[in-house]
Amino acid sequence: MKLSRRDFLKLSAASAALASAGCSAPREPIVPYAMQPEMTLPGVPRFYASAASFVGAAEGVLVESNTGRPTKVEGNAAHPGSLGATSVHGQASVLQLWDPERSQAPRRMRQPAAREQFESELNEALVRLEARRGAGLRVLTPTVVSPTLQSQLVELAARLPEARVHRWDPLNRDATHEGARLAFGRALEPIYRLEDSRAVLSLDCRFMEDEPGRLNYIRQYARSRSPKPQSMGRLYVLESAPSLAGAMADHCYAMPLAEIERWLLAFANAPAADRTMRAIADDLKKNRGLILAGEGLSPWAHALVYRLNHELGAPVALIDPIDPYPQPHAQSISDLAQAMHAGEVELLVIVEGNPGYDAPADLDFAAGLARVPLSVHLSLYDDETSARCTWHLPATHYLEHWSDARAFDGTAAIVQPLIAPLYGGVSPHEIVSLLLRRPQSGYESVRGRWKAIDWEAALRKGVVENTAFPPVKAALRTVALPTPKEPAAWSVRLVPDSSVLDGRFANNAWLQELPRPDTKITWGNAALISADSARQLEVESGDVLEINTHGATIHVPACVVPGHPEKSVTIALGYGRARAGRVGNGAGCDAYPLRLSDSLWSADATSIHKTGSRQALATTQNHARMEGRGHAKHIALADLIGQARAFEDETPEHSLYPAWPYDSYRWAMSINLNTCVGCNACTIACQAENNIPTVGKDEVIAGREMHWIRVDRYFEDRRTLFMPVPCMHCENAPCEYVCPVGAPVHDSEGLNLQVYNRCVGTRFCSQNCPYKVRRFNFLQYSKDDEPLKAQKNPEVTVRMRGVMEKCTYCLQRITRARIEADKENRRMRDGEVVTACQAACPAGAIVFGDLADEQSQVALAKRSPLKYDLLAELNTRPRTSYEGRVVNPNPELDNG
Amino acid sequence: MAELRGDIAAPLRRWSYASVSDKIADLVLTRPAHWPWLAGFAVTFAGSALFFGAIAYLFVKGVGIFGINIPVAWGFAIANFVWWIGIGHAGTFISAILLLLRQKWRTSINRFAEAMTLFAAGIAGLFPILHLGRPWFFYWLAPYPNVMELWPQWRSALVWDIFAISTYLIVSLLFWYAGLIPDLATLRDRATSRAKRVAYGLFALGWRGEARHWARHESLYLLLAGLATPLVVSVHSVVSLDFAICIVPGYHSTVFPPYFVAGALFSGFAMVLTLAIPMRHFFRLEDFITLRHLENSAKVLLACGWLVAYGYFIETFTAYYSGDPYEIAMVQDRLAGFYAPFYWFLLLCNVLAPQVFWWRRARRSVWLLFAMSIVVNLGMWTERAVIVIQSMHHDFMPSAWGNFIPTAWDWTLLLGSIAFFAFLFLLFLRFLPAISISEMRELVHEEKHA
Amino acid sequence: MSAALYGVMAEFKHAEALLGAARAARAAGYERVEAYSPFPVEGLAQAVGFRRNWVPAIVFVAGLLGAIGGYFMQWYSAVVSYPINSGGKPAHSWPEFIPVTFELTVLAGAVVGFLGMLLLNGLPKLYHPVFNVPEFDLASRNRFFLCLRAAEPRRARQFLGALEPLGIWDVPQ
Repeated sequence: MKLSRRDFLKLSAASAALASAGCSAPREPIVPYAMQPEMTLPGVPRFYASAASFVGAAEGVLVESNTGRPTKVEGNAAHPGSLGATSVHGQASVLQLWDPERSQAPRRMRQPAAREQFESELNEALVRLEARRGAGLRVLTPTVVSPTLQSQLVELAARLPEARVHRWDPLNRDATHEGARLAFGRALEPIYRLEDSRAVLSLDCRFMEDEPGRLNYIRQYARSRSPKPQSMGRLYVLESAPSLAGAMADHCYAMPLAEIERWLLAFANAPAADRTMRAIADDLKKNRGLILAGEGLSPWAHALVYRLNHELGAPVALIDPIDPYPQPHAQSISDLAQAMHAGEVELLVIVEGNPGYDAPADLDFAAGLARVPLSVHLSLYDDETSARCTWHLPATHYLEHWSDARAFDGTAAIVQPLIAPLYGGVSPHEIVSLLLRRPQSGYESVRGRWKAIDWEAALRKGVVENTAFPPVKAALRTVALPTPKEPAAWSVRLVPDSSVLDGRFANNAWLQELPRPDTKITWGNAALISADSARQLEVESGDVLEINTHGATIHVPACVVPGHPEKSVTIALGYGRARAGRVGNGAGCDAYPLRLSDSLWSADATSIHKTGSRQALATTQNHARMEGRGHAKHIALADLIGQARAFEDETPEHSLYPAWPYDSYRWAMSINLNTCVGCNACTIACQAENNIPTVGKDEVIAGREMHWIRVDRYFEDRRTLFMPVPCMHCENAPCEYVCPVGAPVHDSEGLNLQVYNRCVGTRFCSQNCPYKVRRFNFLQYSKDDEPLKAQKNPEVTVRMRGVMEKCTYCLQRITRARIEADKENRRMRDGEVVTACQAACPAGAIVFGDLADEQSQVALAKRSPLKYDLLAELNTRPRTSYEGRVVNPNPELDNG
Repeated sequence: MAELRGDIAAPLRRWSYASVSDKIADLVLTRPAHWPWLAGFAVTFAGSALFFGAIAYLFVKGVGIFGINIPVAWGFAIANFVWWIGIGHAGTFISAILLLLRQKWRTSINRFAEAMTLFAAGIAGLFPILHLGRPWFFYWLAPYPNVMELWPQWRSALVWDIFAISTYLIVSLLFWYAGLIPDLATLRDRATSRAKRVAYGLFALGWRGEARHWARHESLYLLLAGLATPLVVSVHSVVSLDFAICIVPGYHSTVFPPYFVAGALFSGFAMVLTLAIPMRHFFRLEDFITLRHLENSAKVLLACGWLVAYGYFIETFTAYYSGDPYEIAMVQDRLAGFYAPFYWFLLLCNVLAPQVFWWRRARRSVWLLFAMSIVVNLGMWTERAVIVIQSMHHDFMPSAWGNFIPTAWDWTLLLGSIAFFAFLFLLFLRFLPAISISEMRELVHEEKHA
Repeated sequence: MSAALYGVMAEFKHAEALLGAARAARAAGYERVEAYSPFPVEGLAQAVGFRRNWVPAIVFVAGLLGAIGGYFMQWYSAVVSYPINSGGKPAHSWPEFIPVTFELTVLAGAVVGFLGMLLLNGLPKLYHPVFNVPEFDLASRNRFFLCLRAAEPRRARQFLGALEPLGIWDVPQ
């Protein structure tokens, strides 16, 4: 090639330009770290109180921020909806914040468009509508837990009296509130004081997973299980679908919803006629009984339960609903759908929620939406509803906006943002302020609502003092009870999914990969069915069923679950989404087509049969029986009394080698199976804390899930037993001495460490681990995707492929506490190190601490008569030990 | 000294120093490559290319391409390793132990059996590296000076393995090479082209057959045999410790060392037959590798079959005798669980099938022997796979139970390694004397004076 | 014939002839006798004056050093240099140091023994004067050679001629 002098000069000029461009500063002024924000130190996380709402009420959270990045959610002990614990959704919400598939721009008819254009179109419509006092304007929201938003909507109604605000929350409280309307003439919310009752009867009430007070209730349940004969509570559960409460019950009876209602009627009318009913009724009477009714029951059943509780003097308070909406949600959205079909809706603003996917099937909401000239959808994702609306606006995540929220008991908390909106999202307050034609920031709206309080204190504590709703005195009315209907041949029970709820978390990989407590299925749902019913249909787990109801047909793989009601299948909602994102699309099957506005939680099946095709279920536990091995131990309260030790200690007394001396801290953990309800909060908290990657459905099927603490679930003796299993940190660790490079090694405080840098991946350690708690990066699971990597905990190494990993007892938290203690030149105190699993646990089932301190919580737990070591006979001398479960069956009943 | 039996000695009398030297040397020096060799070469070359292609893919993607998981974190790679190292036992056993036992009939099969040992042990040595999550750090298992002052963890059976296998490889190589030196000198002296003379001459190290050299060479050869004898027993014992020091039922077993050594001989002798039978056929070596040789190998197979049968029996017996519920459950799973068909298949191959060798006619039927050698090797591979995989899939915690399903990559590496082994062996046949020339001359000498 | 003669060589057909010739040469006072054969001939080494075979001693000492060194390496690294708590076992877990000690014993013995054999034999030595005799090619096939390194080639030739060899050659330096 010949290069002329001219070419050469051109080339050198170009390269000089490139070089200088490479060195230039960004256009915006950047700030050197010398002027760092006050109180922000790299490497020192800060915590901010806020509140997150998932099941119709707020759960107080403390959000960990690392140099401005929210990375982890903890519970707020001062908040009644949290009591320091977090739900799986709270933990996973931080991943949702960083989800790269969140909507990042406004869209008009699916095409990206400018926010200004939206505002001008909206204003144009509003001007027109205001002339008609708002006729033709409809607003649709899910349950509104924000007092500020409630007052904004009230203001909107006052300004435009002909406009209407609708509610649709797939996880609504219609039956509870309608039941109260029947019983008391007004909608009320029951607040249970489980710990004050020694005999609780739950009628299909999923109070540990779906009720607004779930975290509070789990804590109360756990407190009521203290194994003392004079104070230990007893739990009776009638359930139509597997639930955590059913798993924990002392007596659990599985039957379809209609059967439960018939049982309740009989129980209310003539409990003496049946031995079981009589025994339960006596127990309730003697022991300050409390009856809980689930959302699946009819309003009249709720009304009946209000009456029975009243008669029992049950420890239950009634308060006004935290979202005082006068209509049932099903009614409200039916009205909206009717108006849309009639062409009466000119402007529809959908503030969060995804009705295009989850509205009752009989309303044909999507077709109605098509008839609305201007529809606006505010949501985190460009989802099924967005695709059908004129406008889609990206919403802010709760970690990005100012708001407020009420807990299940009415206590308000301020939602404060941890980070500026990543994608210029709009908060619900802002969009409603646009409708009010008085554009205002969310901060101004919220500040305006809370003028009279000590703002700083409320932010600092995460709770606005004295805002819990006072109990209401309401007089009972007589309720006409129906003659119970005959149950259908086959019924379908619809339940919110424990992971994705109504589908809103479908694109959350942590939740998708979190094993569902009852089935251990990940990445999808299934038709849960009892063994006998499965035999009748000649199906096994994985066989695809065709389920026909009046007007709808779905295909869903079966999953056989012991203890499921007969002649019934349970299907979780929230799957089969088309526009969830890459993670959630196509996971599971959509059960919403079966959900009708007059029967939200069950459907009568006209036929169920096997199709012949199969679909692999990605389960993390393939064997549900314990094979008589007694890993998850339990004992009846009556057998425990007077025993120094409930379970024989099988640790061999002699060892070939002398015990290794530990003269410093001796870290240890105790897990209380008596209070653990199997909710999986520990698993997902650990995932968030320790940068544990997700692996996807195929890899779960291959048996390669990465959770450091798994919750084993066994069906034994007609009971469901849960058992969280982290690394045991054995003193005689079998994993260590087989490693050729010494990557697993003990430290001086008894931690079984895994040195990732040193690991070459022989997997010998996992082979020799009798607990199988080690996890291996078979492929490059940790992805370096923007912006997901911003979620990563900077204190924990991200592991590469080919490296073994496992529970570290949250070594980084021990180190953080050690630095604090060293600064003050003292030992770490008991309770100063809290592991991620321990912090998240709503039941307080996990304690961690120093065995060298005889007064530490963990040392106390190890002296419990219920203490046992897992596989003690192997002489591994685990530092993690268990306290066995105590069951408290009614001696009058044989079903235990 | 045990005299040669008539049916081995008789054909030897037809041969002289010169003719025996020429016959064996000319297989390498002058015999053109015939179509069976060329066809075999083409097939095994393609297979080897696939093998190394699969290894490249493995290094790019990671061990997740295999079917392994938690709980079964060891899969085909370890089974292949144990199998190949077992095959690599026969060569040294024949050369060293039979030398010490003065079994003169070994002379005509020891050379190629040693070559087989080297190739098998070398391929075996590859598998633990292919099995690693981060194979590029395999050298961390060896003690070497490093700034972190880190050492291998001496309590690990894998470190013992590294030492045992590398020692075995080096000692086998020295033993083989020590025996080859005089033969290389023969090739050097008979080579027709200068290139061959230089090549063989370099490796012959200037051997000239001086009496003092022979004396030292002979004593070293005997000493190496003496060293290799405990070594050959130790290698598979150490390999068995990879399993036996574990606490997992199915691995944790004191019978493993002798049982693994017996299994190693079993598969090793089977592989000797698999190689010897076509070799003697195509290269017309029936006078050197006689029916008596084959018959002796068949007897070894029969004996080893009973030894491994004892191993299978004692494993089952001990499980029940111990009363340990985990051991009993493991045995029950082995007999009737997910992988039970493989267990019954291996019993069929390793215990039942060799019983045919009670009959002399079967022992002397060349093609039956060939078929049986393949059956035994299939059975022994299955045995390794069952031990490695089945033991792990149902261990202590039922909640963690899971199954290993091999992927296409698992099979590719297994079949590819067999192709590569055959490829190396074909090259060996073309470039080195497959039978020890100097020792054959010695035999001819002894026969002449017997 | 040049003065620089390595020796005089005779070719025999049988091992026995060579053995006899070697013994005769030693008896006749030839001190420096070399015998070449295509396979080891019993008694030949002694016949040409081979006294002490050091190979076994070398193997023994090397094996012993391998054992001591192997154990020391493990003890030093696990107890002194970088002791770690591995599975609660003591730093000096001697039963688990045995396999490596054994392997290193064998390895050292074998490698040093092999090298010792080569060294004592003066190998590798790709050039040697005996290769100058064209017929010596058969020494690795079927012929037996005796080489007398004598100061007086004529006397040596005469002596060898009396042993009825197949041929006699001068071996040039």
